[in-house]
Amino acid sequence: MDLSSINPLLLLASLMVASTPILLAALGELVVERAGVLNLGVEGMMITGAACGIIFSTLTGNAWLGFAGAALGGLMLSFLFAVLTQVLLSNQVATGLALTLFGLGLSALLGQSFADARPPAFPKLDIPILSDLPVLGPVLFRHDGMVYIGLLLVVAVWYFLSRTRAGLVLRAVGENHEAAHALGYRVVLIRFGAIMFGGACAGLGGAYISLVRVPQWTEGMTAGAGWIALAIVVFAGWKPLRLLLGAYLFGGVTVLQLNLQAAGLAIPVEYLSMSPYVATILVLVILAAGRAPGSLGKTFHASR
Amino acid sequence: MTRTLLALAGLTKAYPGVVANRDVSFEIQQGEVHALLGENGAGKSTLVKSIYGLVKPDSGVMHLNGQPFEPADPKAARAAGIAMVFQHFSLFDALNVAENVALGMENPPPLRDLAARIRDVSEQYGLPLDPSRIVGDLSAGERQRVEIIRCLLQDPKLLIMDEPTSVLTPQEVEILFETLRKLKAEGTAILYISHKLEEIRALCDTATILRLGEVVGDCVPSDVSAREMAEMMVGGTLHVPEREAGPEGDILLKLEGLSARSPQEFGTPLRDISVEVRAGQVLGIGGVAGNGQDELLLALSGEMPTAPQMVQFKGQPIGQVPPNARRGLGLCAAPEERLGHAAAPDMTLTENAALSGKTRKNLVKNGFVDWGGARDFASVIIDRFDVRTPGTENVARSLSGGNLQKFVIGREILQDPEVLVVNQPTWGVDASAAAAIRQAILDLAAKGAAVIVISQDLDELMEISDNFAALNEGRLSAPRPAKGLTIEEVGLMLGGAHDMEVAHVDA
Repeated sequence: MDLSSINPLLLLASLMVASTPILLAALGELVVERAGVLNLGVEGMMITGAACGIIFSTLTGNAWLGFAGAALGGLMLSFLFAVLTQVLLSNQVATGLALTLFGLGLSALLGQSFADARPPAFPKLDIPILSDLPVLGPVLFRHDGMVYIGLLLVVAVWYFLSRTRAGLVLRAVGENHEAAHALGYRVVLIRFGAIMFGGACAGLGGAYISLVRVPQWTEGMTAGAGWIALAIVVFAGWKPLRLLLGAYLFGGVTVLQLNLQAAGLAIPVEYLSMSPYVATILVLVILAAGRAPGSLGKTFHASR
Repeated sequence: MTRTLLALAGLTKAYPGVVANRDVSFEIQQGEVHALLGENGAGKSTLVKSIYGLVKPDSGVMHLNGQPFEPADPKAARAAGIAMVFQHFSLFDALNVAENVALGMENPPPLRDLAARIRDVSEQYGLPLDPSRIVGDLSAGERQRVEIIRCLLQDPKLLIMDEPTSVLTPQEVEILFETLRKLKAEGTAILYISHKLEEIRALCDTATILRLGEVVGDCVPSDVSAREMAEMMVGGTLHVPEREAGPEGDILLKLEGLSARSPQEFGTPLRDISVEVRAGQVLGIGGVAGNGQDELLLALSGEMPTAPQMVQFKGQPIGQVPPNARRGLGLCAAPEERLGHAAAPDMTLTENAALSGKTRKNLVKNGFVDWGGARDFASVIIDRFDVRTPGTENVARSLSGGNLQKFVIGREILQDPEVLVVNQPTWGVDASAAAAIRQAILDLAAKGAAVIVISQDLDELMEISDNFAALNEGRLSAPRPAKGLTIEEVGLMLGGAHDMEVAHVDA
């Protein structure tokens, strides 16, 4: 085993990249759940986003348009979920699970003819001056745009939820939809918005896997990232900044164990592969989870 | 000189199968406290929801200050100067006081300014409140203050209050009335919904009485007796429960140093409760909601296990015995929450009867449910307690609150328990049905059962209890004979209004 082959700077830099898909998807789901809706279809929306990302970027030759298409794909799938659960009042858990299965199938169909496609390269930003800083430069400032968009979104969601009136209303809807309705807030409309934001974010997360991390199309390539995102939302206690911590922790242990595997650590690979999951859950449990939104997962009907 | 603030003319609203309001017309004057009286299901809630824009009436018109008034939603109603204090469903436990207030306002100022205004208004009206506290941690009385202050911050012209005093101690009620009188002096009209007739007589200028969705009369409450008003509501004469004092029997139930943490997140722990109940006795336990009533019921019913000797049934320690085994021994309990706790909402009355009655009524034979027996048991309950339902195969959810209450209380009483524990036995039940339930409780005691009645209705407790004790923050006061207790003494036992002050009327 040769631990010296692991470059700590490179490790830290790839941590941010490895965390981004989960961060984006989890952030979207956090907003959805704060509005009181449990959408278990994150995995399905991510993989659909991954397929749409490949399709749009290959057809247009522009990675940014690929991301836009992925967001749109995820959003449309979540719109389906919103209609089923908010208008037709179907069960959220069952619908979410069905959405995951549907998304896996749909993406396989969409991606079929793009199996050999190579998406256009997604440029790294190399922020001038900052990227030349020793240590900090390579770790923090030599990434692609989506990494920073993910970070900005965390801050934006945190600010929205804790500082703005619209965020307060969204939390109120998630906390007690009966009361919010009695005060005259449009529960269903607000939830539609939240669900679609969640879908777009999941789509972006999926596209980051197919356009940047891998980058190519393989069926089922999200490989459970959507489920991890769901778990991180719960273990982060529905708080955006903790969610960032959880996603980075997961991403960090993922790259670390890959490096350890490469360095030939004498532990069965399976143990290393499971380490990110164990580490993330342990740390977030120790931090003591927050309280779930009061109306989470409950069906809202104005007459009851 | 008064002017008409709000005039309703011919308001009608029908739901599938029931007409909630039929041709309702009345007027509310500026600066008037107007009572809206009626039994459950009389259409009071639908009517105020129409005024507040939550329900759109099928026909009829409203005029506010002479202008046609058709609020499309609560926002429009609030913009027109109408504010409402809800009975349930309008606070957010996980948010703090200021956030809760902000949610009820059209254009709230930044939270810091709002916090300052909440402090000002709460001092001015004698309702002290810390804007940064989480609402889930507040007492029921404090939660109501949040609602009232939320309304007051919008300078309403009409304040609608739905059963505002059901959770308050007598002293808190007096302070609330001071606040309302001050508002009235400032020209605010108040539409006051209650079925506590003495309160209406003390506070209200006029009353409109609804029965089955129609206006059946109006009166000046201070000129008529509470009994006359009750009979207008019911449309008949009212039977007052009577009891024959039985001889004191053996101690059937004894609590010894009962302490337990609440299983609920915002619950109250029980603290060192010791009390005895004898055969033939009714122990009334009063207290403002959220002072440990639910937890006490859980400990007595067996849903919340305690140390064995903390709960003793005929000298036998049963603190660890689960609910059905306790029923087998002879201890039955009926919790407050009807849907989901006392009854399974989507199961039929037969199934609900079987769930609780299976042990004492022998409804399970060789591991199979005796459905015929269960159906008979359910129909006996329906007959004896006048439960209005098409039949035993209707689901519990389809019954109105009062009817379901009669069913769940009847189910426990008809199992002939030796000890019966009930929480809020007549909550939301109309006057005649409440009288019937109280009579059934007294009859059970006369037959030699020990009964514990936990209630927030002090009049009810004074009427049926032999001994009265008060729960305050999970502690139980020493029981005192109910006969001869004055309402002031009771108020002090309940913990009084130590953190409230009377409104500064000149402020």
